[in-house]
Amino acid sequence: MNITFNGKAKQLAANTSIQELLDQLRLDCLQVVVEHNRNIVPRQRLAEVILNDGDTLEVIHFVGGG
Amino acid sequence: MQIIVNEQPQQAKANESAGEVRDRIKPDADLMIVNGFPAQADTELRPDDKLVLIQRGEQPDADELDALLTARHTPGVHEKVKQTTIGIAGVGGLGSAIAIALARTGIGHLIIADFDLVEPSNLNRQQYFLDQLGLPKVYALRDTLARINPQVRVTACHLKLTPDNIELVFGHAQILLEAFDVAEQKAMLIENFAARFPDRPMVAASGMAGFGPANTVVTRKVTNNLYLCGDGCTAAQPGTGLMAPRVGVAAHHQANAALRLLLGENPVPENE
Repeated sequence: MNITFNGKAKQLAANTSIQELLDQLRLDCLQVVVEHNRNIVPRQRLAEVILNDGDTLEVIHFVGGG
Repeated sequence: MQIIVNEQPQQAKANESAGEVRDRIKPDADLMIVNGFPAQADTELRPDDKLVLIQRGEQPDADELDALLTARHTPGVHEKVKQTTIGIAGVGGLGSAIAIALARTGIGHLIIADFDLVEPSNLNRQQYFLDQLGLPKVYALRDTLARINPQVRVTACHLKLTPDNIELVFGHAQILLEAFDVAEQKAMLIENFAARFPDRPMVAASGMAGFGPANTVVTRKVTNNLYLCGDGCTAAQPGTGLMAPRVGVAAHHQANAALRLLLGENPVPENE
């Protein structure tokens, strides 16, 4: 299936959860904000939400410093 | 002829001198500046000259400050700016610089929150002074902001922001500026503020350590109500520390994004 990930097309295995995608990308779930189809997903739900064909996902990854 | 005296239009006689205008308008003034240069009492004024009369040690009152900012920023801008409440989460390198920029701009109400105390290692980039070491940052900053513009109302919250108190602390903030140091805290704040106030804009920062090019620090729109300032990748780590110039660039990107938002302008116009 295909999703739009940070504005670009991305191919994914069916039934991938957001948490699994973050793990594949080696992104620490505590350092990201995830917007799924324009709604921000609470951290504790990242493993529950299964991505569907055509979904839009924005992952904002923060780095330290300020 | 018309001249401008302390930012206000005034009528003056042709060839009237700075000293004559001073005696008429503010006889106690002991400094005169004409068009940006120190002037003498016999300096002759010309139409549209800008004369500033200063009495050493005297501070302008609330009305004078208001008039000054109105003249500088235009009435339309100043009225909007002074009716706005902005929240700043974290007052380290980013937050202290943002707060100072926004106080100088005349923002009506700033809510600042941080649990930190001023440490010596902060002074390489944060807007604190040697005589403020050991003070809670939010109280030290409140004092500094009052010296810049006492008309700005400052709510200083000396606490650690958590998912449970974000709504209480920033409930009145029309715009939230994320100015934390730690990546996990940045993500926590954005997630929780967005959950409670989905329609309010947020301006976060990520990637401003070191002394890489200033031009790689940009403002991006990442979601409907979230703007992100920084280069997106340069984390603070050993060998790449946080330094005043680049942190300042990112902080002022954030402050300018907030100003544009409150004036109804898109921080990142579509055609850019």
